[in-house]
Amino acid sequence: MIYVVIVFLWTAILLYILLGGADFGAGIIELMTAKENKAKTRKTMYKAIGPIWEANHMWLIIAVVILFVGFPKIYATISVYLHIPLVCMLLGIIARGTAFVFRNYDAVKDDMQKVYTPIFVYSSLITPFFLGIIAASAVSGQIDPLANDFLSAFIFSWLNWFSVAVGIFTVSICGFLATIFIIGQTTDEGDRAHFVGKARRAIFFVMGCGALVFLAAAVEHIPLATWIFGDTPGLIAIIAASLSLIVMFYALNKNKPILLRLLAGFQVAMILFAATYSHFPDIVLLKNGGNLSLLIHQGQAKTIATLGYALLIGSLFILPALVYLIYIFQTPKKASQIAE
Amino acid sequence: MDDFLAARLQMAFSLGFHIVFACIGMVMPFFMSVAHFYWLRTKKVVYKDVTKAWSKGVAIFFATGAVSGTVLSFELGLLWPKFMEHAGPIFGMPFSLEGTAFFIEAIALGFYLYGWNRLNPWFHWATGVVVGISGLLSGILVVAANAWMNSPAGFDYIDGQYLNIDPVKAMFNDAWFSQSLHMSVAAFVSTGFAVAGVHALMILKGKNVNFHSKAFKIAAVFGTVAACLQPISGDISAKDVAKRQPEKLAAMEAHFHTERNAPLIIGGIPDTANKTVDYAIKIPGLLSFMATGDFNGEVKGLDSVPKDEQPPVAVTHYAFQIMVGLGMAMVLIAVLYFIALWKKRQWLNSRWLLRLFVVATPLGFIALEAGWTVTEVGRQPWIIRGVMRTADAVTPMPGITYSFYLFTAVYISLAIIVSLLLFRQITMVDELYDSENLSKDKLL
Ligand code: HDD
Ligand code: HEM
Ligand code: HEM
Repeated sequence: MIYVVIVFLWTAILLYILLGGADFGAGIIELMTAKENKAKTRKTMYKAIGPIWEANHMWLIIAVVILFVGFPKIYATISVYLHIPLVCMLLGIIARGTAFVFRNYDAVKDDMQKVYTPIFVYSSLITPFFLGIIAASAVSGQIDPLANDFLSAFIFSWLNWFSVAVGIFTVSICGFLATIFIIGQTTDEGDRAHFVGKARRAIFFVMGCGALVFLAAAVEHIPLATWIFGDTPGLIAIIAASLSLIVMFYALNKNKPILLRLLAGFQVAMILFAATYSHFPDIVLLKNGGNLSLLIHQGQAKTIATLGYALLIGSLFILPALVYLIYIFQTPKKASQIAE
Repeated sequence: MDDFLAARLQMAFSLGFHIVFACIGMVMPFFMSVAHFYWLRTKKVVYKDVTKAWSKGVAIFFATGAVSGTVLSFELGLLWPKFMEHAGPIFGMPFSLEGTAFFIEAIALGFYLYGWNRLNPWFHWATGVVVGISGLLSGILVVAANAWMNSPAGFDYIDGQYLNIDPVKAMFNDAWFSQSLHMSVAAFVSTGFAVAGVHALMILKGKNVNFHSKAFKIAAVFGTVAACLQPISGDISAKDVAKRQPEKLAAMEAHFHTERNAPLIIGGIPDTANKTVDYAIKIPGLLSFMATGDFNGEVKGLDSVPKDEQPPVAVTHYAFQIMVGLGMAMVLIAVLYFIALWKKRQWLNSRWLLRLFVVATPLGFIALEAGWTVTEVGRQPWIIRGVMRTADAVTPMPGITYSFYLFTAVYISLAIIVSLLLFRQITMVDELYDSENLSKDKLL
């Protein structure tokens, strides 16, 4: 059963990055769009995201619940040492979720919109940035359980070049996912060309940020390259992701929105796989060399069994409903009928 | 302020904030579905207008409820890591089921809000009902988790170890039923009175009277029926508390000494130093009767537990008085409303009855917050009763005071913006849903 739980945890994290990430990316793109195109971008995005954004963010909750029920020691350690970036991420989540709804449901469309919109776009940037920081700090051996001063226990555990670089990388991934997503959402040829251009730039930006991550790892003496390329499966995953980029450029030219989305999802899944495979089952590495392992620090057998069953039964209800929801609202023709 | 106090206050604020949105998010969909049902049945446009106006409110509240809930799921670890490390695997069952319920709720809401004119009308209606049912289920589940903190079950606590964990037994602990029942009814009372009050005010102002009267009636019927059930459920809760947490009952009642034929103490100022309650009304024997069903039954006083295990008396006692007092006031309003519905139809158009509802707008929510204060403060000094002290659970990270100020500021600003949005929503009703001219559907 423990493996069922771990698969759910991994999948929930992946889906949060993919679906929640595309969602954050929408705000990031809005930030990066020239003024004259902003209104249009926003409208297309809103149509695409409105019905499902709430569900997208449930994956985060599922991941958190799995952590605190199944792996309480891991949840507690992360909560203590990464308190500050977690709070920053939470502030981003609060600001973004509420600003998104406020700006679409305020009955009077007036100057308040000027308040909601910046909050929405900047929090779309901040939230994935800190999410990346948190993930990077957990896996890179920066948490120091033996620290006895405030700075090294609660600040340097996450404020270092590597974590910051991964934060930026996460932001770039979100932007990339959103451009790919929005291409399938456009109905007009001019718009499509516009977003295809954006997607190309986003791909290069992601690669640049990826290089930055390796650079930062070198500065911090983190053996990132060995982790990722050291194991055959990790290596294969990275090669597969790179090869699929070629297919992606082809799909960008040929207007194949579904293929594009599948490829983008595949690439992110492979990156996550490569990043987590090498030290599985450890998910938190500590500075003193200790590790928190999904297998060793799991809850008691009965807890894991009930958690596994709860997740399995829950997904029987959730998945079909979710697929139907996405199906109904995501075909562009149908989506265009939503607004009025 | 020390960090421990800051952590407690931050937790209390976050929950106190979340609960308002959660209650509205779990009850409004039922109101909406009733209005929607009338629309599908009678084809009177006013019902469609009411449904749509309410569904916009639900969207705002749902989003705020969802983000504040997300914050809570992290805050449990951010503030109480030691508690979660041990409690997580034991009381996690309701949380993992709750995750499913939330998910279904979020999906159904997506269908509902964006499904006008796109889904089969009755399927669309049903998705609204699903939003309500899954919301109610999540409420029940999370309260079952809280009940476990009052009445720990499903594990053996031996030498500081938590052994033989059984999450199913933990979920169905002794307190889950009475607490969940009471909470669910409370959600209907508080939301019903709040919504009815707002629409009553608009009727008094003479705005869109047709629209607001229909809305008022739906909310008022839900609120008043629930208000009459609440004392019954409260009595079940009180008997339950007497059995499982006598020290909490003692604090609620400011009942310092264990005795038979114990009086019910109403109001008054507890004097902890002298162990007396000044200026209170005392009804002999009634507390014994309410707690045990026998006027001569023994009711445990605060002196039945050691001094360092006694909950704070004053806060618990005042909060309990507020809850019960307001509960009774709402029963009174409910009775007047029923008389109006069945016997004196002319009252329904009278201004005093509407004014009464306007005055009662916040009462349900005040009672709700007071009730939680009773449960939570009455459990102190324990976070898991009899097993772990709150002070031992708090995070080792210093500087929680700042985090408390920060979150307080965030919650206050959110509360202000949500109120503003709601106000604008209501004042726009005139323009958006002027049913008299049967205008076409302008929204969404
Ligand atoms: C609209 C709100 C509301 C109203 C009118 C009442 N209550 Fe209440 N009460 C709550 C809202 C609430 C609550 C906030 O929902 C609590 C907190 C925890 C819980 O399960 O319900 C609660 C807790 C609570 C408890 C403690 C339960 C526990 O710790 O397990 C008792 C004994 C009562 N209530 C009793 C009453 C009585 C005798 C009432 C008579 C009218 C009453 N309540 C009205
Ligand atoms: C939503 C309604 C709730 C409200 C308004 C509420 C209110 C409060 C209050 C006033 C305190 C502070 C008590 C004190 O320090 O004296 C508190 C503490 C706490 N509550 Fe609740 N509570 C609610 C529900 C819950 C639920 C459902 C849970 C968990 C499943 C929970 C878990 C806690 C924890 C962990 C603490 C901190 C420890 C403590 O001080 O007891 N609460 N809450
Ligand atoms: C008595 C206390 C509580 C009640 C009755 C309650 C009920 C609810 C309900 C009905 C919702 C649905 C949102 C809506 O419709 O507006 C919700 C949202 C949420 N609650 Fe609570 N809750 C309580 C306390 C907690 C606690 C202690 C946690 C932390 C673990 C929590 C976590 C969440 C989360 C994560 C969401 C967001 C789910 C979504 O996106 O739909 N809640 N809560």
